[in-house]
Amino acid sequence: MKYIDEYRDEKLARNIVNDISRTLTRPWVIMEVCGGQTHAIVKYGLDQMFPKRMELVHGPGCPVCVTPLELIDKALAIASRPDVIFCSFGDMMRVPGSGDDLLQVKARGGDVRIVYSPLDALKLARENPEKKVVFFAVGFETTAPANAMAVWKAKEDGVRNFSMLVSHVLVPPAMTAILNSSKNRVQGFLAAGHVCSVMGYWEYEPISTDYRVPIVVSGFEPLDILEGILMLVRQLELGKAKVENQYTRIVTRSGNTLAQEKILDVFEVCDRNWRGIGEIPQSGLRLKDEFNSFDAAKIFKTEQIQTQESPLCISGEILQGLKKPSDCPAFGRQCTPENPLGTTMVSSEGTCAAFYNFGRHELQEFY
Amino acid sequence: MCLSVPGKVLEIMEEDGFKMGRVNFSGITKKICLQYIPDIQVGEYALVHVGFAIAKLDEKEAAKTLRLLGELEQLQDESKEESSS
Ligand code: SF4
Repeated sequence: MKYIDEYRDEKLARNIVNDISRTLTRPWVIMEVCGGQTHAIVKYGLDQMFPKRMELVHGPGCPVCVTPLELIDKALAIASRPDVIFCSFGDMMRVPGSGDDLLQVKARGGDVRIVYSPLDALKLARENPEKKVVFFAVGFETTAPANAMAVWKAKEDGVRNFSMLVSHVLVPPAMTAILNSSKNRVQGFLAAGHVCSVMGYWEYEPISTDYRVPIVVSGFEPLDILEGILMLVRQLELGKAKVENQYTRIVTRSGNTLAQEKILDVFEVCDRNWRGIGEIPQSGLRLKDEFNSFDAAKIFKTEQIQTQESPLCISGEILQGLKKPSDCPAFGRQCTPENPLGTTMVSSEGTCAAFYNFGRHELQEFY
Repeated sequence: MCLSVPGKVLEIMEEDGFKMGRVNFSGITKKICLQYIPDIQVGEYALVHVGFAIAKLDEKEAAKTLRLLGELEQLQDESKEESSS
């Protein structure tokens, strides 16, 4: 496929790695924020191409992983109702709640459906007027325009049996939270190109200046990621801290302003609890009051839910780049993608799943 | 879920008041909402995420990135030749 294959050229990849090796004079710690990039890095073994002096740590950018447990439990309660068709992206199906997951609700007779787009859920609502169709709206800024458009359209067209259970998260506050942590080791960020295709990268400029940390917006193919790392290493070695854009074929500084406007028409910024990490101020999006009648959290009153995480799971520390899957005693033993104890083992973008799926569980020592 | 992929726009149409398009991804064709990149034309590439095109792919910039990476290769080849001669 054009615009994919040429960015996977192995010879060019080796050349960039050589350039990185030549540029490095001391150890650096770089975080890729986005789970999609973590997946590509582990899949193509990019992290193993580097000299040991450079460490890649994997960030919190997996929306499936960070959706708070209370909300998963709430989704499970709503999906169990006989009057509901519950729609979700496929990778939310296996996310463990305190008890079970959406697949188990489906097995017990709940009408749970996987959709590709929120517009598919809206279509289901039009086709099933006797049912309440609820869409599980999770994701970062990349997914927000789609979800905003679906709920805006439902309101426009008066589709009253459609609602959303919203748990949107925002990237820049999560990066700031990582930098503010006393345990932080991250010295440079690869920013997620797809989030930036919507939001642009102007939001990162104050972060880069205030924390003196270089940030490079990069794409998702191996050459994109490697070039992004090279740009970061060059900045780090020269003591620079600015925002650069590797993914120029997709990302502009201002982003997609039409999409940004629609997000702000429908959603407002709120504090958000991140699973495994805790509350991060101003790090989420929720529906505005004028969309109350489309807000599943307000329509369906669920009882006070007692949440229960697996005591073995350290995914919160993994999401903050403080630990690796190999530090978890359950990794590949009690916890596998078939039987995940924590969210980072569920989604293909989760660090634990990426390490497991690409055979890293057989290695005793990864780094 | 966060997967976004580039696809080629094959056809543009109007549906339910939305600008929609048939977009090809490595042989698979899907109907995609084009509301967020209304100036896209048939034959151009868009980055698509959960059924919505969120960015138009800039073909000139795509070529430039590859050209620069290619030059990096040339430089390395030249330096190898120099060191071996
Ligand atoms: S391997 Fe499983 S239990 Fe361990 S941190 Fe990852 S998700 Fe949690």
